[in-house]
Amino acid sequence: MNVGVDVGSTTVKIVITEGDKLLYQKYERHYSQVRHKTLAFIRECEEILRGCDLRVAISGSAGLGLADAAGLLFVQEVYATFALVKEKEPGTDVVIELGGEDAKIIFLKGGVDERMNGTCAGGTGAFIDQMATLLDVTPDELDALSLEHKKVYPIASRCGVFAKTDIQPLINQGVSKSDIAASIYYAVVNQTIAGLAQGRKIEGKVMFLGGPLFYNKGLKEAFTDMLKLQEGNAVFPAYALYSVALGASLYANKQEKTTDYDTLCRAIEATLDGQKNVVCMPALFANEAEKKEFDGRHAKETVIYGDVDSYEGKAYLGIDCGSTTTKLALISDKKELLWSFYDSNKGNPVDVVKAQLMEISRICGDRIKIAGSAVTGYGEELIRNAFHIDKGLVETMAHFMAAKHFCPEVDFILDIGGQDIKCIQIKDNAVDSIMLNEACSSGCGSFIETFAKSLGYQTAEFAKLALGGDAPVDLGSRCTVFMNSSIKQAQKDGVSVENISAGIAVSVIKNAIYKVIRANSPEELGEHIVVQGGTFLNDAVLRSFEKEIGHDVIRPNIAGIMGAFGAAIYALNAGLSESTTLLGEALASFTHTSKAVVCQGCTNHCSLTVNTFSDGGKYISGNRCEKMKNGGKKSAGESLNMYEFKRNRLESMKEFPDRKITVGIPLQLGVYDLAPLWYGIFTTLGMNVKFSGFSSRELYIKGQDSIPSDTVCYPAKLMHGHIHRLIEEKVDAIFLPCLTYNVEEGGGDNHYNCAVVAYYPELLRGNMEELKEITYLAPFLNINDEKELARELEMYLPKEWGNFTRRELLKAIRAGFDLYDKTRKETQEEAARIIKKAREQGKKIMVLAGRPYHIDPEIGHGIDLLAESLGFAVVSEDGISHLTSMPRVAVLNQWTFHSRMYAAAKYVTSQPDMELVQLVSFGCGIDAITTDEMRSILAKKGKLYTQIKIDEINNLSAVNIRLRSLVGALEMRKEE
Amino acid sequence: METVTANKAWEWTAEDDKLERVEFTAEMKKDYTILLPTMLPRHLKMIASLLNVYGYKAKMLENDGQEVIDTGLKYTHNDICYPALLVIGQFITALQSGEYDLEKTALLFTQTGGGCRASNYISLVRKALKKAGYGYIPVISLNFVGLEKNSGFKLSLSMIRRMMYAVLYGDIMMYTINQTKPYEIEKGSSEKLADEWTEKLVERLGNKKSLSYGEIKRTYRDIIKSFAELPMNKVKKERVGIVGEIYVKFSPLANRNLENYLIEEGAEPVMAGLTDFAMFYLYGRVIEYDMYRIHKKSVHIMRPAFKILCKKQKDIIEAFREVSDFIPPTEFTHVAKLGREYINYGVKMGEGWLLVAEMAEHIDSGIKSIVCTQPFGCLPNHIVGKGAMKAVKEKNPEVSIISVDYDASASEINQKNRIKLLLANAASDM
Repeated sequence: MNVGVDVGSTTVKIVITEGDKLLYQKYERHYSQVRHKTLAFIRECEEILRGCDLRVAISGSAGLGLADAAGLLFVQEVYATFALVKEKEPGTDVVIELGGEDAKIIFLKGGVDERMNGTCAGGTGAFIDQMATLLDVTPDELDALSLEHKKVYPIASRCGVFAKTDIQPLINQGVSKSDIAASIYYAVVNQTIAGLAQGRKIEGKVMFLGGPLFYNKGLKEAFTDMLKLQEGNAVFPAYALYSVALGASLYANKQEKTTDYDTLCRAIEATLDGQKNVVCMPALFANEAEKKEFDGRHAKETVIYGDVDSYEGKAYLGIDCGSTTTKLALISDKKELLWSFYDSNKGNPVDVVKAQLMEISRICGDRIKIAGSAVTGYGEELIRNAFHIDKGLVETMAHFMAAKHFCPEVDFILDIGGQDIKCIQIKDNAVDSIMLNEACSSGCGSFIETFAKSLGYQTAEFAKLALGGDAPVDLGSRCTVFMNSSIKQAQKDGVSVENISAGIAVSVIKNAIYKVIRANSPEELGEHIVVQGGTFLNDAVLRSFEKEIGHDVIRPNIAGIMGAFGAAIYALNAGLSESTTLLGEALASFTHTSKAVVCQGCTNHCSLTVNTFSDGGKYISGNRCEKMKNGGKKSAGESLNMYEFKRNRLESMKEFPDRKITVGIPLQLGVYDLAPLWYGIFTTLGMNVKFSGFSSRELYIKGQDSIPSDTVCYPAKLMHGHIHRLIEEKVDAIFLPCLTYNVEEGGGDNHYNCAVVAYYPELLRGNMEELKEITYLAPFLNINDEKELARELEMYLPKEWGNFTRRELLKAIRAGFDLYDKTRKETQEEAARIIKKAREQGKKIMVLAGRPYHIDPEIGHGIDLLAESLGFAVVSEDGISHLTSMPRVAVLNQWTFHSRMYAAAKYVTSQPDMELVQLVSFGCGIDAITTDEMRSILAKKGKLYTQIKIDEINNLSAVNIRLRSLVGALEMRKEE
Repeated sequence: METVTANKAWEWTAEDDKLERVEFTAEMKKDYTILLPTMLPRHLKMIASLLNVYGYKAKMLENDGQEVIDTGLKYTHNDICYPALLVIGQFITALQSGEYDLEKTALLFTQTGGGCRASNYISLVRKALKKAGYGYIPVISLNFVGLEKNSGFKLSLSMIRRMMYAVLYGDIMMYTINQTKPYEIEKGSSEKLADEWTEKLVERLGNKKSLSYGEIKRTYRDIIKSFAELPMNKVKKERVGIVGEIYVKFSPLANRNLENYLIEEGAEPVMAGLTDFAMFYLYGRVIEYDMYRIHKKSVHIMRPAFKILCKKQKDIIEAFREVSDFIPPTEFTHVAKLGREYINYGVKMGEGWLLVAEMAEHIDSGIKSIVCTQPFGCLPNHIVGKGAMKAVKEKNPEVSIISVDYDASASEINQKNRIKLLLANAASDM
């Protein structure tokens, strides 16, 4: 008799087989109690197992430690699956297996290949669970909802954290739950393909295994649809859930030795309190006295309350419609807190706010008059439009106002909400700098909540447990996906819930300190530190923060509603007398519907949500520019946007369709800068040049199955789609040179390209089958020496294109550089023109500094348009970098594109009306170095530094908050 | 029209361009202790020792563990590569330990000047030191391209020669230990032998007495012979090739002691030594001269230097063949030729084409399982690691290659699970 146990990241599965016969199968969630659960399962089967000779094999990521400790046979899960499929379904071409933590793919035909997801893309099943929690439905309900979807939204599929960043705003924009549910599944499909296919086609007979693919019909549909699998070729076997366990039981045959029931039980029992090999940290409180001091100190930090039942007069309402929670605060004209509300927005913030406004109407009656209201947070615009709230303000400002109320001399505020971490540094009563987390560290707060729920605890209860942890486990600080993997490991090693809860608290804090604040000492933060946000209601988080920085901080007892409280103060300070807020009867009849549409106004094709309210009001969200609001026209006035200019400039290079040879050039990465050079060379030599045009989501999807590295930057990933497009366009050859060295512009230590820009053409050659069918020219060239370049081109250009003399080549190269120089010059002139115009119109100027390819609408996601709509004139780094000499930086200044940014930053410091915002692509290793330098150049002259990390993430809500915070901070500085 | 004039206070001055790099002066040379990070412990111990001959007092750091990682996290941008984080963590924990007279301590670190971010590690070390309050401690750049100069630290030909032999000795021990440890009958005997040799060589290289070529060649043979004489049980074991980003590939601190893990799991680790990387670096300049006609001056130094190393490598190979049955290193020129099938020589950042060539060389020597290691987010390895695997596997369908990312937050179980898969497949083929 064989026993196969699959100890996965979330569940334990057991099968008992005899020959081909399946005698027993069972699965259950193990809630971290891996070893106990396994033992319990075996004991339940005593009747079947007792008295038999048993061959046992353990599999699954959590089974490794158990098998080692108990001395049982272990089989790697992908290997187990492979063995099973070979035996059961020999005709299978590809197996896709999704688990709670890992995604795997096995290619069986044409060279066996087994792959597991990279570290960054973990947590498939766990992700679906978390998303269900976010939408306030069970995973089953999520599935049922998805089947009714009408539209699929583009959701970043790099990892769970990124996907969540796209999903959260969709919820707050009022997108229907069924559309979101389906979009979640499609994101999982895209992640699987982009992460695991790596150039091999997923076709033929495909078998789908694992829990998520067993339970979720919507996910099955999404896979079948995306992979375009024909009927009968998508196999969802009945044993999908047990495939690894079955594979293990098959593998158990490999051992000659058998065991019996009692020996097996004893072996597992012996591991129950086995050696732990996780890294632990000291307890949050060393002793009872520390805890007492802590409790006593924080108990004093409380707001002044007013009695809502007896208060008469004016009151001010603040609403904070956050990413996961909705908060409301009602204050008296003396800033006493009369009433407040805090709860999850249950995936529908409009309904939540409506119910609470009804409640407020009831409480207030005629006795209390709402004299003003203000709203902040992700859902600001939606709520403001729906309920006619008087004022709107950006979150950072709301938090600042509230913190100032508690501690007038505050110089540092840290807010950890569900999705975002925000830090505000105050100097001389004005905002000195604002730091917001980027996508990777987002979702820390709500992670605690969803994780607690997954273990069956209330958030508060789970937080309390942490205080009793004697040795919190170290879970790292990269992101919640990594944290989740580490938790899984801790669970396998039998770490207690108390120590996991405490470990999560420490991780969240480390993330905030080392990734967002980037501070090394408490002195850098300041003397008066206020911490707030719902996450800080968790005492373990608060304690970890104090311990990590070695400094006491103030946590207001209303930490969770500080945004709403600040908004209420803002409403009070606005000096309003009559509020337009929808209350009372008008509110009772209020209803709201939402509809999804795609804007066709420009190449961005924003996914819009049109919210219609019962009073005829409308609110459109998801847009980048003002076009939709202005009836399809761009806002009045001339566009002062260099990104637009540069795009137009690229598009203006006309084609010569009647020429014999058409050279296709992918418009991506370095080509964005050098396009005129190549265009000039080839057209002078008598060829036609066709660029692949701007990127789009569809283009990305087309090429995603040949991406070998899931952690590379999005611009590089898009390259694959560009190649597809050129091949579809039937060009005669594709030209994409490898350039170790970029153009030498002087002033730096060297003039490299980054490794990805330099060598991606070489990678494409090895990874895209399509390139074998076409002339693909990816020569290594030296573009800093025209004679040398001529020699190289002579060597590499196909002879069929013409027997060019060295002289002809030199002439063409000169023509290319002339065009390149002309384009650079025009760019600089345009910058000068925009700056002049902006000054005439009294507009602020934003230097949107990035790499040349950041102007691509799919890479920049229209951030330039958003900046324009916020009232900025937009200038690019290469428009102004020539206006000053190169600053000395503390690092090797050796990449051309980055040198331009350093110079641009230096120039900005001399211009009072210019602000710099740096665009950084996720995964750009070089920018881990440049961002600190850029910040320090700007800081030398007291300029604000704003960084925006971009990737596949399409939703601009987070960017919006950053840019509006910048505007808010500038306004406050001006007032001071 | 509103005119905007720059505020006087905003004017960029010479002060703003000032960089306070603390130089290692001739004065400091007298009584400063120079600390070296761990990468290849045996190699670096010998290098630290030989510096004594030239009037320096140097020591390789041996601290490791969680504290190093935590300190690294604290003082670096968390998106920076893992090696930078570890080196910085190691330096700062050492300085904080109280073991060193901080007024008399300097740090030494290598800088290649390539297009990878690694060229900037030294700047990051300085930034971190400043943050930690050690801004006054000089950091010496060990580079061969004249990137940063220090009046108190100069490379002499004789010193470079000694360093070269330290690296060659270190490599020999790496090759022998990987071929004896999986088979040793007395557990720990190969490590013990290597430790004894290291001690002896540290002593010898730190001694002023000149090193004759004859002595060196004799020592090669003595080392190899002593390992060959270890009692071994030569059962058949899966040979697993390790390639990767140089620091993560070599440093046990970074790769969670991958070599030992493979040995525990019943495999034999195989990897190319540091000499190959040095040759790749020298040869790289020659290649660029041939490809782009640049480095017109330095090529006249690099080409002969490369040839010298080729000769030295041949000496080792010869010694291996003469006194043992061990598999000797493969000649660099042959490795390079094997790589050419998959990747262009122009790919030079990070480990560049060498990484792919090493995969090809492993396969050529009959290896079927390869682990490719890199720090999480390593830029060059997008191209030469993960990016090159498809092409390599296409030509060699029987070979399995897995890619493992190392990082402060990457869970060990995930890494092990992937290595297990590799080994499971290998076992089923055997």
